[in-house]
Amino acid sequence: MAAVRETVRAVEALEGEKYAHGFITTIEQEFAPKGLDADIVRFISAKKGEPQWMLDWRLEAYERWLQLEEPNWAKLGYPKIDYQDLFYYAAPKEKIELDSLDQVDPEILATYKKLGIPLREQEVLAGVKGAPRVAVDAVFDSVSVATTFRAELAKDGVIFMPISEALKEHPELVRQYLGSVVPVSDNYFACLNSAVFSDGSFVYIPPGVRCPMELSTYFRINAQNTGQFERTLIIADKGSYVSYLEGCTAPMRDENQLHAAVVELVLLDDAEIKYSTVQNWYPGDSEGKGGIYNFVTKRADCRGDRSKVSWTQVETGSAITWKYPSCVLKGNDSSGEFYSIAVTNGRQQADTGTKMIHLGERTKSRIISKGISAGRSSNTYRGLVTAHAKAKGARNFTQCDSLLIGKDCAAHTVPYIEAKTPSANFEHEATTTRLSDDQLFYCQSRGLGVEESVALLVNGFVRDVLQKLPMEFAVEAQKLVAVSLEGSVG
Amino acid sequence: MTMLSISNLHVSVGETEILKGLSLDVPAGEVHAVMGPNGAGKSTLSYALAGKGGYEVTQGTASLNGEDLLALDASGRAAKGVFLSFQYPLEIPGVPALTFLRTAINAQRKARGEAEMGAPEFLKTARAAATSLKMDFDMLKRGLNVGFSGGEKKRMEILQMAMLAPRFVILDETDSGLDIDALRIVSEGVNALRAPDRSMLVITHYQRLLDYIKPDRVHVLSAGRIVASGGPELALELERDGYDKFQRAA
Repeated sequence: MAAVRETVRAVEALEGEKYAHGFITTIEQEFAPKGLDADIVRFISAKKGEPQWMLDWRLEAYERWLQLEEPNWAKLGYPKIDYQDLFYYAAPKEKIELDSLDQVDPEILATYKKLGIPLREQEVLAGVKGAPRVAVDAVFDSVSVATTFRAELAKDGVIFMPISEALKEHPELVRQYLGSVVPVSDNYFACLNSAVFSDGSFVYIPPGVRCPMELSTYFRINAQNTGQFERTLIIADKGSYVSYLEGCTAPMRDENQLHAAVVELVLLDDAEIKYSTVQNWYPGDSEGKGGIYNFVTKRADCRGDRSKVSWTQVETGSAITWKYPSCVLKGNDSSGEFYSIAVTNGRQQADTGTKMIHLGERTKSRIISKGISAGRSSNTYRGLVTAHAKAKGARNFTQCDSLLIGKDCAAHTVPYIEAKTPSANFEHEATTTRLSDDQLFYCQSRGLGVEESVALLVNGFVRDVLQKLPMEFAVEAQKLVAVSLEGSVG
Repeated sequence: MTMLSISNLHVSVGETEILKGLSLDVPAGEVHAVMGPNGAGKSTLSYALAGKGGYEVTQGTASLNGEDLLALDASGRAAKGVFLSFQYPLEIPGVPALTFLRTAINAQRKARGEAEMGAPEFLKTARAAATSLKMDFDMLKRGLNVGFSGGEKKRMEILQMAMLAPRFVILDETDSGLDIDALRIVSEGVNALRAPDRSMLVITHYQRLLDYIKPDRVHVLSAGRIVASGGPELALELERDGYDKFQRAA
């Protein structure tokens, strides 16, 4: 109930400032020259002081990328991206010491404030006493500037640091697992990421350890024309558990910004990872001008028996979303879950869903997708559920619900289902409904305003998924959904 | 004192005029019944009073305690104390009745510049209302009206009414879809809310409901106008003779 009130307040508070995150901070950047060639890849690698094998890996990715073609099978329309017209490296000029937050550029802290970096995370960043234990690895334009709680995590043997540092401190782990879930040439965007990724998070949870706090990362895109190429690698060793939260905002821009992140999750026997995302990057103006292009590859490899992975995503931002967090269920009795809320408004286009690849015996998966389209947007759920011959007794349940608000939006559901063993049991349910005038009137006749009514009805529609999010994220996500749909009725 | 005052009300839906100069006064504390055949405009009257979109008032006035209702949107009218008990209550998946009600109560309070109702008071009121309507309190934790029977939905309407404490209530075909037991429970719920500062408009086809909710006045609506008014005996007359002579009169 409180959350609904929060939603309502959020809607009211944001009246007239649709996208509060639209601003630009002025921090000196150190750019690599525009465009992409092997020298730029070398520049990035050198900037980070990487070992030779890493540079070779990047260069191989670059060579492969040149051979690949940009995919066009998604239900997305956008002008051709000129990959030579982008910067591939930008970082705050000063290296900031991690042990003292006082040394963090006040502009950066101010940026977090403006972003409303939610809730207590800011306190955590600011080192406020009694702040909740959420570890934040903040990514500000490609380079992590602050990592908190690292020492405390280290007591349990948990490693949580920028991947650029992990390359220096734990090269054996990075080398063993990087690209083992999403191979270098997996797809066009992942391949590009492999060549030029700037930074990202690295997490390792040792055997039997339950990570004592939720890990959290905030991504931002700030430098003009800088594509963001984050790389995240999380390894949950045998019998370990971790919950990872990722939330993003970006400043307003006139030119489209490219984002091609890769997230790899590795799960060994009996390991469990919960990965939650709230994404509200700038979606562009009402005509779709200036929004983020978001081409993301996220995949979990349940290579251990009885391992369990859960993706939860709330996607409200970006002009273009191309994203299919997937689960490769290799281990026997492993399971994968995908819970998604995708909201599109204005001219936004989203083509998102998941892949559940059942390889092991008795593997289970569950997909709950809630798509909401408003304005003149297009929202596509694209999912693949497949059972290989050895995946005896594989089970999947899929539920895909679409909600349409207004007359000019579109919702599409594209499920692919393949079972190569007769013992697989797949269920698929799908509904498409329109937010009805009668429901709206019913709410209004009880005293709720139009925006309040929409927020209430939409929150009801996405409730199953919101409940899967960690508490503090759920509240934020609920606000976001309401704000994203502001003005979509009446 | 007159609470609801409707004068020469004309309402169109699309190109079709449904109410054609309806006039009606309901004094404070009174319960008036509006009866009429199918297509007479009964539901149009309730929707037009509650402020549903698509019901266009082309002429006439409607006021509540002297305040112009037609100038307000649906939520504004609710805040002024108008409550419509729907003939077909809507289902709101994923929104528990308790959430819905608390949001509604506090939206109305806010519109009136009053303090929000706190959680303890709210839950206490909700429990009491559920008990008096013989509803399982757990039903209020489920999606509003989702999977409810017709009778349960009507009880939920009355529960909402009890909790929102409106000044002016429109009961639109509240008896439809109710068995005898449910009809009695719902009627008792309505009767419990009769008060000197609350008026009700009971819209119905059948006299049956008026055995339980005794009206002070009965009006016959036919072809978009009130064509006859009288005491409770008028309802009995209608039950016996049908609407024929009024339809001819219209």
